[in-house]
Amino acid sequence: MVIDARNMHFKDLNESIRRSPDASIEIQNCCGQRYIGCGLSGKELQIYGTPGNALGAYLSGANLFVHGNGQDAAGDTMDGGSIYVDGLLGDAAGYAMRGGSIYVHGNVGYRAGIHMKAYEEKSPLLVVGGEAGSFLGEYQAGGTIIVLGLHTEKGRLPVGNFCGMGMHGGSIYLRAETLPPDFSERLLSREASEEDRSHIQPAVQEFCRAFGEDFETVWNACFLVITPNSQNPYKQLYAAEQ
Amino acid sequence: MSIEYIYPEFEVIRHPERCIGCRICEQQCANGVHSFDPKSGKMLADESKCVNCHRCVALCPVRALKIVKSDHTFRPNSNWPDSIIRQVYRQAGTGGVLLSSMGNPEPYPIYWDKLLINASQVTNPSIDPLREPMETRTFLGRKTPVIRRDSEGRLLPQKSPRLELSTPILFSAMSYGSISYNAHASLAAAAKELGICYNTGEGGLHKDFYVYGPNTIVQVASGRFGVHKEYLNAGAAVEIKIGQGAKPGIGGHLPGAKIVEDVSRTRMIPEGSDAISPAPHHDIYSIEDLHQLVFSLKEATGYTKPIIVKVAAVHNIAAIASGIARSGADIIAIDGFRGGTGAAPTRIRDTIGIPIELALAAVDQRLREEGIRGDVSIIAGGSIRSSADMVKAIALGADAVYIGTAALLALGCHLCRSCHAGRCNWGIATQRPDLVKRLDPETGRQRLVNLVQAWTLEIKEIMGGMGINSIEALRGNRLMLRGVGLTSRELSILGVKHAGE
Repeated sequence: MVIDARNMHFKDLNESIRRSPDASIEIQNCCGQRYIGCGLSGKELQIYGTPGNALGAYLSGANLFVHGNGQDAAGDTMDGGSIYVDGLLGDAAGYAMRGGSIYVHGNVGYRAGIHMKAYEEKSPLLVVGGEAGSFLGEYQAGGTIIVLGLHTEKGRLPVGNFCGMGMHGGSIYLRAETLPPDFSERLLSREASEEDRSHIQPAVQEFCRAFGEDFETVWNACFLVITPNSQNPYKQLYAAEQ
Repeated sequence: MSIEYIYPEFEVIRHPERCIGCRICEQQCANGVHSFDPKSGKMLADESKCVNCHRCVALCPVRALKIVKSDHTFRPNSNWPDSIIRQVYRQAGTGGVLLSSMGNPEPYPIYWDKLLINASQVTNPSIDPLREPMETRTFLGRKTPVIRRDSEGRLLPQKSPRLELSTPILFSAMSYGSISYNAHASLAAAAKELGICYNTGEGGLHKDFYVYGPNTIVQVASGRFGVHKEYLNAGAAVEIKIGQGAKPGIGGHLPGAKIVEDVSRTRMIPEGSDAISPAPHHDIYSIEDLHQLVFSLKEATGYTKPIIVKVAAVHNIAAIASGIARSGADIIAIDGFRGGTGAAPTRIRDTIGIPIELALAAVDQRLREEGIRGDVSIIAGGSIRSSADMVKAIALGADAVYIGTAALLALGCHLCRSCHAGRCNWGIATQRPDLVKRLDPETGRQRLVNLVQAWTLEIKEIMGGMGINSIEALRGNRLMLRGVGLTSRELSILGVKHAGE
């Protein structure tokens, strides 16, 4: 099924997606409609144009492909499925996502992967081909964030300020040789070991396959792993009243 | 003897002639106050551990125990009361942020107690609710202002999603984690029997309680714990928690020690990991962004559930509520600064926010002035202590009220304000299996049902006395209230006249 989204209100567009019996739907001329694929499962959407905020919020197993840029809060509280964006993505990508994966070919805005979680077999994944803005992985509680910085010049970092602030679970992989200068003392870092690399290799391969990048070029580089130094960052903060 | 040693705040008085040394007090006290001395054959008490929860008093079979406030004192000083001195010592010793529980206990004005309710005399008849029908059924949600009819003149049903309550009371949000499984089981079963709703709080919905869906409000807070499509669709309404009266403007940290197996499953986070709710929702920095979250929830629930936005009562609450009403939310819940909590920084709990009475009156007035009062319903919370408070709240403009602390009292809470310790001897604010089992969900359900039924009877009596026979006719009916001992500024904000006028 092909839907021409030109001049269509998000409510009508999303209703026609929900109602469609087709497992695969193509959306043409998408222009800022919000909530595409909200809570969706069992379908595949090919989106041409620019989907609006909260793309794939509460996504529950569907696969979304954006041939263009996305906006803010994509994959908000997503539980399963995948979002591929062959372009750039706005702020708060993957906010509180618990499962599934988001692949972004280009850059993402502020607070990507904020409060990402993990639970039992669910471990979410966010792969950013370009750079990430400030507060990457803020409050991260689980899952894996990978920033490849494919077009970052040597000597620059592919992340902004306050990377991993308040992080208390999961890991961030930076394809870089040096840590951010404001690296928090509540975080730990190491150069990726063979085991670390094998943990992210399938994700990087999938990224290269999806966006036509050369795997060897991407892979033959230094990766740094960032993890929190405690699951309980606020344990020492309080004094109970007696 | 250290600087910090202070004679205990409470004394355990044991009647020596009555005590039979049965050691029940010892078994019942999770704080370890009581012990048995085999040498003397007597019971001893370490009063420094006593939180005055009355568990031992209530279970002593021979009424040998009572707890009294110690008369030990610092040199009396109106500027430096004992509580402040103790807090300074505590902070000097630990360097920590003071943490406490339940609602603000400080002596701020309680406006409920300065409002009096009207009754009919001569000029219009009062109604006897025992013989005449009184309508307490309440619908919460957007009221469509235009009545539509089909070509034959028949009314077309309203399509906006609503919550139907048999009486205008809801149990306020208390998460599984902050309170126990048995406390949730009691609240859920009581809500079902009463035809009202309870609220999951931000800790997710336990799989055992999905059956109570039609009487459940599921909450979405900044941590998004346990939020997924099935959860959103399980309840009768979805509540976005922006803030809470006990701790406006800050997030929450449920310590990893309380994330035990079952709580972890319900929150869908690993065991032992802190559950951190960021202070803001990082996808909401404006009313426009709130609109986005409201509609993402409507999309996820197919426009079948009303969306509640819960905020703490703060200084510009009227303007904030106006924004929320315009964001597409169906219901606004406002939590006053006396609202309870399982744990909050003491300074924030005791000094931030404003009384619900003033906030509610200001919001209702503002929404009326802007012609958008019908777009939303208002739930008021943050210390509704009795049916009289509730009638006053409705007359000030609320559609319904949230009760939290009163519901916990019904379950056996003795307001010892030590929830943060996790050793609740009454089985409410704890995850320790041996303590949780002290709260029987069946007894809990019955006591909650009793409380709400009793309040509903009282509301009917009070309304009948005013010659009013439905909640609808009481809502925003401020002529039914008069103030006593209030300044003209206070009366003007409350929108009521002084008694005698």
